[in-house]
Amino acid sequence: MALAFDDYGRPYIILKEQESKNRLRGLDAQKANISAGKSVARILRTSLGPKGMDKMLQSPDGDVIISNDGATILEQMDVDNQIAKLMVELSRSQDYEIGDGTTGVVVLAGSLLEQAERLLERGIHPIRIAEGYEMASRIAVENLERIANKFEFGETILEPLIQTCMTTLSSKIVNRCKRSLAEIAVKAVLAVADLERKDVNLDLIKVEGKVGGKLEDTELIYGIVVDKDMSHPQMPKQIEDAKIAILTCPFEPPKPKTKHKVDIDTVEKFQTLRKQEQKYFDDMVQQCKDVGATLVICQWGFDDEANHLLMHRNLPAVRWVGGVELELIAIATGGRIVPRFQELTPEKLGKAGIVREKAFGTTKDRMLYIEHCANSRAVTIFIRGGNKMIIEETKRSIHDALCVARNLIRNNSIVYGGGSAEISCSIAVEAAADRYPGVEQYAIRAFGDALESIPMALAENSGLQPIETLSAVKSQQIKDNNPHFGIDCNDVGTNDMREQNVFETLIGKQQQILLATQVVKMILKIDDVISPSEY
Amino acid sequence: MAIDRIFKDEASEEKGERARMSSFVGAMAIADLVKTTLGPKGMDKILQSTGRGREVTVTNDGATILKSLHIDNPAAKVLVDISKVQDDEVGDGTTSVVVLAGELLREAEKLVAAKIHPMTIIAGFRMAVECARNALLEKVVDNKGDTEKFRSDLMNIARTTLSSKILSQDKEHFAKLAVDAVMRLKGSTNLESIQIIKKPGGSLIDSFLDEGFILDKKIGIGQPKRIEKAKILVANTAMDTDKVKIYGARVRVDSMAKVAEIEGAEKDKMREKVEKIIGHGINCFVNRQLIYNFPEELFADAGVLAIEHADFDGIERLALVTGGEIASTFDNPESVKLGHCDLIEEIMIGEDKLIKFSGVAMGQACTIVLRGASHHVLDEAERSLHDALCVLSQTVNDSRVLLGGGWPEMVMAKEVDALARKTPGKKSLAMEAFSRALLAIPTIIADNAGLDSAELISQLRAEHQTEGCTAGIDVISGSVGDMAERGICEAFKVKNAVLLSATEAAEMILRVDEIITCAPRRREDRM
Repeated sequence: MALAFDDYGRPYIILKEQESKNRLRGLDAQKANISAGKSVARILRTSLGPKGMDKMLQSPDGDVIISNDGATILEQMDVDNQIAKLMVELSRSQDYEIGDGTTGVVVLAGSLLEQAERLLERGIHPIRIAEGYEMASRIAVENLERIANKFEFGETILEPLIQTCMTTLSSKIVNRCKRSLAEIAVKAVLAVADLERKDVNLDLIKVEGKVGGKLEDTELIYGIVVDKDMSHPQMPKQIEDAKIAILTCPFEPPKPKTKHKVDIDTVEKFQTLRKQEQKYFDDMVQQCKDVGATLVICQWGFDDEANHLLMHRNLPAVRWVGGVELELIAIATGGRIVPRFQELTPEKLGKAGIVREKAFGTTKDRMLYIEHCANSRAVTIFIRGGNKMIIEETKRSIHDALCVARNLIRNNSIVYGGGSAEISCSIAVEAAADRYPGVEQYAIRAFGDALESIPMALAENSGLQPIETLSAVKSQQIKDNNPHFGIDCNDVGTNDMREQNVFETLIGKQQQILLATQVVKMILKIDDVISPSEY
Repeated sequence: MAIDRIFKDEASEEKGERARMSSFVGAMAIADLVKTTLGPKGMDKILQSTGRGREVTVTNDGATILKSLHIDNPAAKVLVDISKVQDDEVGDGTTSVVVLAGELLREAEKLVAAKIHPMTIIAGFRMAVECARNALLEKVVDNKGDTEKFRSDLMNIARTTLSSKILSQDKEHFAKLAVDAVMRLKGSTNLESIQIIKKPGGSLIDSFLDEGFILDKKIGIGQPKRIEKAKILVANTAMDTDKVKIYGARVRVDSMAKVAEIEGAEKDKMREKVEKIIGHGINCFVNRQLIYNFPEELFADAGVLAIEHADFDGIERLALVTGGEIASTFDNPESVKLGHCDLIEEIMIGEDKLIKFSGVAMGQACTIVLRGASHHVLDEAERSLHDALCVLSQTVNDSRVLLGGGWPEMVMAKEVDALARKTPGKKSLAMEAFSRALLAIPTIIADNAGLDSAELISQLRAEHQTEGCTAGIDVISGSVGDMAERGICEAFKVKNAVLLSATEAAEMILRVDEIITCAPRRREDRM
């Protein structure tokens, strides 16, 4: 560790307790950071592509998660290294922004770091590398724009959307029934999409899972499924043309928020109070009945007496429905959430064609289906599967597919998958590199090499000869001047991704390149790591 | 310098071959553990809990065994999970599903060792499952139309299920019990209306099915012990001191006299309530909550039978059977639906007094009273009976039936083998492996029974080459026999679920190439 001395030979104290801190500087720091970043990328590398493998993660509490989704894997890993944490952040931000391609972004960042390491060894200054990467990423993004295709879709032409979702799903464990799941995802997104504004509110899509059955039984319900049952076992299990009162006030005596005391000191008071109490319940139920409600959905619990009165007056009710679900029900049925009984009016009731209770399996699991709603803009995807882990993984996969469909509605440009877009960008970047004077040229060329790592990993995971396959595809792209050639992961027999119908979204790809470049730049600029020592 | 640690301390990472190895070994260990319980001659396991009392459970039920294990291996947890789901979904086949998944992985391990990519294996497995399922679908028998035959199918299924359990000695008796109980449900899968009461004493054969409803409660003192043509009010209401529920209400008095007055008022209130209840014209009152001495006395005076503290399930069931509604307010007696039954009486089983409601309005519910030498026997008997009931109730809905005794496995294995021969490419190896895994199940059944499995299986295989063969392993005589003749049947739904979830689980474990274990959360050492 470098120490500064004054004229008398005493050391200056710059950092407190220097000895007890670990400190890495200069090239050492960069190398260490790069190697940490690379090792995170290495973990995810084998998960890429349709033949990618899964990771099994055991959480601190012993729960097991099996996943193929980059963001999930990284989030569940107990990462301690700071740079590794940056990579985790990177994949998370891709997840928030795009929802898909979380594995690819980390693999790309890893290979960018790997290339940077080589350049550093040659003595190129990290900032120059960073700048070169920046320029290269701009070229790549422009190239993506150039090779992107726009396609038209509408209420009836769903095929392109479905194909793109299938590309996403094909790398997950659910690829057995990717077609049906992709259709479900597309239909769900279209049901809630605002095509005018090109916006999709994914909150309106509820993804609910229940173990048992098989994946093929997964269905899309135009309505809401709530994991609740009727409050009284003898209430009707099916209601047609339901008018729903959505309440956020309990069927209980009121609890004023101001502190108060009701003193009982005479027998009369005791009796009036009792009468009052009985009247409360009666009024509450009557008010619901008066506005014409045929079903009450309440956020809170019911008192036994109220419960019986509801049953008695033939007014089915559901209690303890969560806030989010309540909102969804309100949106779906076109009702209003009513906070007080006095404010109930017939206009505020939600409408649903049919509400029914459905039982599953041998245990007494029941769920409430609210279907044929007035406003079908809230939908539920109901997943069935052999075990808990499959369901969780399916939920994540469906989420990815939903995000992809949403991105397409926002921006209907696509690029071709299977590594074809990366190869095309790499060619473009390398061609452009020669035109740049200065050291950056090397960095730009390195960027081009790094882009090739994605098709390379795809080929590797699919059991192909990586270098051979890649060079063949690359030369084919240049020869035919056709950016649609990619890696044939599924052994279909053609390299043309247009024929294979493997699509990815343009914004997803662009975002991958931009995010990965940004993080790598940040890592390269670090030249001093000071960490507190273990204590 | 390279940083080789990116994880926290104590977190571990296993990669590639090692990870695959560890998950295979874990899964196979679990499968081997429950393997010996498979089949009619399977053995039981003793489980001792680590909790206080060191309670002991003796069981043959796969799901119960696996549920009680403390497992660290993540792949093993996957298997435990599928067995649990199988239990929830169809109720039986919890052992088979784990054994099949274990065998699939054992075969897959060999293929991986022969340098076949896991994804290729999965692709082969998937095609094999599809083929096996179709083979089963072709062979199913559906006797829904024919009541007589359907009942005999149900009996056969019940017998087959029970034969691997502790009840196998009296399987005829229990099969009849279970079928009777399920037939009463008339197609609903709601097993809640079948109540199982366990009373130690007597022997298993003394167990019986009661058409009525038995409540494990006592009748209040001084009240009639026998009521004919009972009108029952089922209630969920406070019969202690009926509190004022308005928030913030409290009693504040300045003299003892006032206290007495208010107490009097409270008593009056209770009396009024009781009168209202009696005003319904009832002679039996069943409450979920406590009934204090005072109202109890009032009921006794009015000659009404009052039963307190019937638990929630009991109340719901009682309301269901007697056709009454659960009441909490008593102001409009004319519109409250009362429950009816022909006779309420106190009966004795062993030393305990129980209340029996017979001749109830709704014929769906019934009670099975289990008798047996000890609690362990009874617990196991209940589990076995529950399995049988689950399978039967599922079969009533999906009445497709298959033969048992390893017959379905042989049929599937044959078809899958035929497919493998037709399929080019490495996938066919995976299919062959799949059919070997299927054959492992009859092999294990035979092994558990101490039979010469290799000999039997090869005989069986030869038999199955003829079309429409019904041969399977007859464990009792230790030879290959005609399953249709011996009436050994299984529900299609169970086999189907076993097949699908076992493959799904195997697939899931095969896809893993890396295991990352987080540092266990630190717990306060309370021991």
